[in-house]
Amino acid sequence: MAEPQNANTPSPSAYGLSPEEKKKRGQRNIAIALALGAFIILVFLVTILRIGGAVAERSF
Amino acid sequence: MDSTQFSVAGPRDYFALLKPRVMSLVIFTALVGMVAAPGSLHPALAAIALLAIAVGAGASGALNMWWDADIDAVMTRTARRPIPSGLVPRAEAAAFGGFLSILSVFLLALASNYVAAGLLAFTIFFYVVIYSMWLKRLTPQNIVIGGAAGALPPVVGWAAVSGDAPLEAWVLFAIIFLWTPPHFWALALFKSGDYERAGVPMMPVVRGGRSTRRQIFGYALILAVAGLAPYVVGMAGLIYLAVAASFGAVFIGLSWRVLKAADDDFGSAKQLFAFSILYLFALFAAILIEQLAGLHG
Repeated sequence: MAEPQNANTPSPSAYGLSPEEKKKRGQRNIAIALALGAFIILVFLVTILRIGGAVAERSF
Repeated sequence: MDSTQFSVAGPRDYFALLKPRVMSLVIFTALVGMVAAPGSLHPALAAIALLAIAVGAGASGALNMWWDADIDAVMTRTARRPIPSGLVPRAEAAAFGGFLSILSVFLLALASNYVAAGLLAFTIFFYVVIYSMWLKRLTPQNIVIGGAAGALPPVVGWAAVSGDAPLEAWVLFAIIFLWTPPHFWALALFKSGDYERAGVPMMPVVRGGRSTRRQIFGYALILAVAGLAPYVVGMAGLIYLAVAASFGAVFIGLSWRVLKAADDDFGSAKQLFAFSILYLFALFAAILIEQLAGLHG
């Protein structure tokens, strides 16, 4: 007979992700990495295009 | 349940939170605003600015889905969205939308200017707070006033290039603003059961189909005239005038059929809904083509 679960009992998934959960987590991680990489490149591009060669001429 | 630990949501589900179809219309109208605006912006900076506007629109879509998850769950049109289908937890959608909102506004400020960034921030605020949180569940005028959020992208695009928002930019705003009520009410006519179940006071639910049909026709008349305004203020040429006049006439004709149809006949409303999308696309495409071909401006 199955033991009744209480709120403190971790679900079986807590001991390891199912293959589907692992696969989706991997996909999310890659998507976040790609988005972050793209954002870094965009900010770099904006910096180069807006400041360009004048970067040393800025007054601080 | 620890939703982040057991989530089976993929990147595609998060992308769906951004309302890609709405985003594509925002990209298009903002692009027209950018092309029609005087001044110049480096093509790469313009592309980044356009991306920022698109992400900002998407972020407000995600925040809208976060706030309206209860409504979306009971409407057939929206029940398969990532939150009601259980794929993305509400809190994650809120964080995702909030994070992208801030990121998009900062990126637009970096790529173009503070006027455009401020207008984008206002657009997101208006759509999420004024429309989604306040008006949508309060009044049948929800989409009339809330339509301002959907009408702002060409103004944001214009400001990204020129640094200001003159009358011409607001003419583009006015066209989308006046287009929104007949577009959404045509949809609401044949989806009124959905809205009624969800407790959303759309016009057909509150005032009935007959009143909605009259108002659709009234807006169609005003829209068809407003559609000519870009030519009148000198920001568009004869090609645009021909497109706006002919498509405006069809819009009025279809709205007349909606008005004259029986209360239980929704065929004309479905036709008007489909045509309204084509109408907006055609008018903005005409401005774009004239500008790109050097025929005007």
